[in-house]
Amino acid sequence: MTVSVSPGSLEDRKAVIDAFARRHRFKWYEAIPWVAAIASYFAFDSYHALGAQMFATILFALSLDLLIGFAGIVTLGHAAFFGVGAYAAGIMAANGWQEPLSQLLVAAVAASGVGFASGLIVLRTAGLTLLMQTLVVAALLQELANKWSSVTGGSDGLLGMKIDPIFGVFRFDLYGDTAYVYCLVVLFIGWLIARNIVYSSFGRSLTGIRENPNRMHAIGAPVDGRKIAIYTISAALAGVAGAMIAQTTALVGLNTLALSKSGELIIMLVIGGVGQLYGAFIGVPLYMIAQDRFSQIDPIFWYFWIGLFMIFVVVFARGGVLGVCGRLLERRSSR
Amino acid sequence: MSEFLSITISILFHGVAMAMVLYLISVGLSVTMGLMGFVNLAHGAFAMAGGYMLVLLMKQQHWPFGLALLAAIVICVVMSLILERLLYRRLYGGGELDQVLMTMGLIFASVGAATWLFGPVSQSLEPPAMLRGQINFLGRDFPTYRSFLILCGALLVTALWLGLERTRFGAQIRASVDNLRMAQTLGINTSRLFSIAFALGSGLAALGGGLGADFLNVGPNYALEYLVYFLIVVAVGGLGSIRGPFVAALIVGVSDTAFKYLAPQYGAFFIYAITMAILLWRPRGLFGQSA
Amino acid sequence: MSALALETRSLCKNFGALLVANDIHFQLERGARHALIGPNGAGKTSFVNLVTGVLTPSSGAICLGGDEITGLTRAQRVKRGLVRTFQISALFRKLTVLENVTLAIAEREGTANDLLRPAGHHRALIEEAYDLLVPLGLASEALRPVTELAYGRQRMIEIAMALALKPKVLLLDEPAAGVPPRETGAIIETIERLPPDIAVLFIEHDMELVFRVAQRITVLVQGAVLVEGSPAQIAEDPKVRQVYLGESRH
Repeated sequence: MTVSVSPGSLEDRKAVIDAFARRHRFKWYEAIPWVAAIASYFAFDSYHALGAQMFATILFALSLDLLIGFAGIVTLGHAAFFGVGAYAAGIMAANGWQEPLSQLLVAAVAASGVGFASGLIVLRTAGLTLLMQTLVVAALLQELANKWSSVTGGSDGLLGMKIDPIFGVFRFDLYGDTAYVYCLVVLFIGWLIARNIVYSSFGRSLTGIRENPNRMHAIGAPVDGRKIAIYTISAALAGVAGAMIAQTTALVGLNTLALSKSGELIIMLVIGGVGQLYGAFIGVPLYMIAQDRFSQIDPIFWYFWIGLFMIFVVVFARGGVLGVCGRLLERRSSR
Repeated sequence: MSEFLSITISILFHGVAMAMVLYLISVGLSVTMGLMGFVNLAHGAFAMAGGYMLVLLMKQQHWPFGLALLAAIVICVVMSLILERLLYRRLYGGGELDQVLMTMGLIFASVGAATWLFGPVSQSLEPPAMLRGQINFLGRDFPTYRSFLILCGALLVTALWLGLERTRFGAQIRASVDNLRMAQTLGINTSRLFSIAFALGSGLAALGGGLGADFLNVGPNYALEYLVYFLIVVAVGGLGSIRGPFVAALIVGVSDTAFKYLAPQYGAFFIYAITMAILLWRPRGLFGQSA
Repeated sequence: MSALALETRSLCKNFGALLVANDIHFQLERGARHALIGPNGAGKTSFVNLVTGVLTPSSGAICLGGDEITGLTRAQRVKRGLVRTFQISALFRKLTVLENVTLAIAEREGTANDLLRPAGHHRALIEEAYDLLVPLGLASEALRPVTELAYGRQRMIEIAMALALKPKVLLLDEPAAGVPPRETGAIIETIERLPPDIAVLFIEHDMELVFRVAQRITVLVQGAVLVEGSPAQIAEDPKVRQVYLGESRH
């Protein structure tokens, strides 16, 4: 968008304001992930189950991006909300309530409740203490799930839950056909919500909170309230993602609340790129496909190489895939 | 009444032993965090390395306990110096997210490396013959190894505190933690100080990990599994504080033992709840520096 | 009812043995152009921090337009019209100039709580932001990230953001600090052209700026008020001369 140098002309004014006001409009390349997802349904016939899990994980990563990338809240306990959602769905199913959509709703409410309550405590701090508190919340919930085995199945978890067909028509089967479409649709809705928030005035203020919290206080922003709000919303989305995983794998275990889950998630997000809304869409598939390949070659090595890769990304390829691409594009255009 | 006393003594004994281990491992983390402002989540990996070195040198190479422990510490110190120069240095003053990511990557790499090198099963520590069994103290039997642990721990902690209070190096560390820029203008070579502090902290972690292999089982997931505990000790104690984590370690060690004994159906639940409560009351830790 | 825009009564703040504010009685008239000067370390920025709520006073009261605000949060004070700028620019460096100012207006209007409609929907806010940039000469750089602008221009954005909040009382903390001499002219002009109904208190070391703009001057030394008076009175006061003897003039 080029603006001529003479200030004050009405055309310039309109041009600048238009450019600014239209940032939220959909761009053509935003359709790519969805087209690719639909195409993959047909192209990768036997990978529907993996695809479904990928979509759920992308939603999970997207919810984390809202916190880390936009609000600037670095957390290592996001699995807490994922696990709450997963267990919500699992416990409901194990106790006879097997309708999937209502399970999603309950998962969202439960996870957002936990998000709100923990946010009130955790967000009073900053830096390492905040990070640590998020870890403690997840560890606390994991211990709760571990010990309350009558409800949660303890260390064995919940297995083999039956899920009713969606709308009474679309059944979940072993091949994952229904699961694929189901997860894709839920992801789409979740993405619309996240995208909407990011481009809203609220979302812009989050960027301000990330960039300079003191400045936000100085312009009269209720910083604490905003942080709790986005924390709660993010938790709800993570809970929905957890429920989806429970429903499509018919399995909920303690690992849904584990530190390794939060750690892997943050890695997936960073590989794609933080704070750019699409990092999750790039990082999650890359990670999961690589992990799938690796587990067939040598499962033990996976953690080792992904650890090294992470160190490499931080030191040499900051910003992940999107960051590197962005810099390359900048260099091209400035030549 | 004597039953109550007996249980109390038992809980205190085992709790203090655990506290010693936790403190030895965590004090280094507190110092590097307070000194370099660096979020080193991978600190537990050095404790793990110390544990593995000790256990395996004794088991497979049949080295005597003392020698194996010493070797474990030396190896870990060297490793930490290399890592500090190569990696950590690049991220000082960097963003928090980068530090979290890099150290998270280190944790994962350590998990993978340990699984590959030593297999997925946890290793147990077999104390040397001299330290096995029970000793009798004031009419009660106490496990010898843990008594040794408490004694050893107390000596090390005293040495550490004296060292930090009385030596010039200690003074430099305390000054730099308090006000880094001021310390630099006074001519303290903070870069070298960081390296030495880091190595010292990692060495202590290795020592703690080795000695504490009795409590904290040495397995490939060590760094992940116990990270929460180390962070709790540091955060509740107060970042950068030397004595704070000791108090925190005592709280954690004794309460964890107490709860696991008296209310095992809750497990570690109460530790986490107590931690959150303490940090709500004092966000900078019990002995943390105020802004 | 008090006609004072801002008042502090017996304001004290100490950090242990260190006294940064020593029984400060201060009054800012409506529409005032009031300068706060003093040697380095006198506690001028601490005073602003106390008034705006960054620091909590050890004792004393702060009143804005007659209402006591001592217990209010920073944001609450801003909502009542007490706005400050920072001595070291505290802007959203990676965001564009226009975005910086728009964020301030969105907070003022309360639209920043809206998470349903896109920000671009509130066109009036964006227009207001742009129109604020024009008289400050920042319009041509509206879409550039703040970090790309010269430091003097960044200081102007500080003022733009402050004005965007429609302040009743404006606290300028060394508006010309760190600005190269050729760029200070624009800042001085901007301060001179501030709306007359805003009460302005500014901290400055630049004596040219002070004597040009101020109608009243308060001299702060070691956390306490030394003297207060008109520029002429201050210029002649022997105590002030003593304090500034040896201080380098701008």
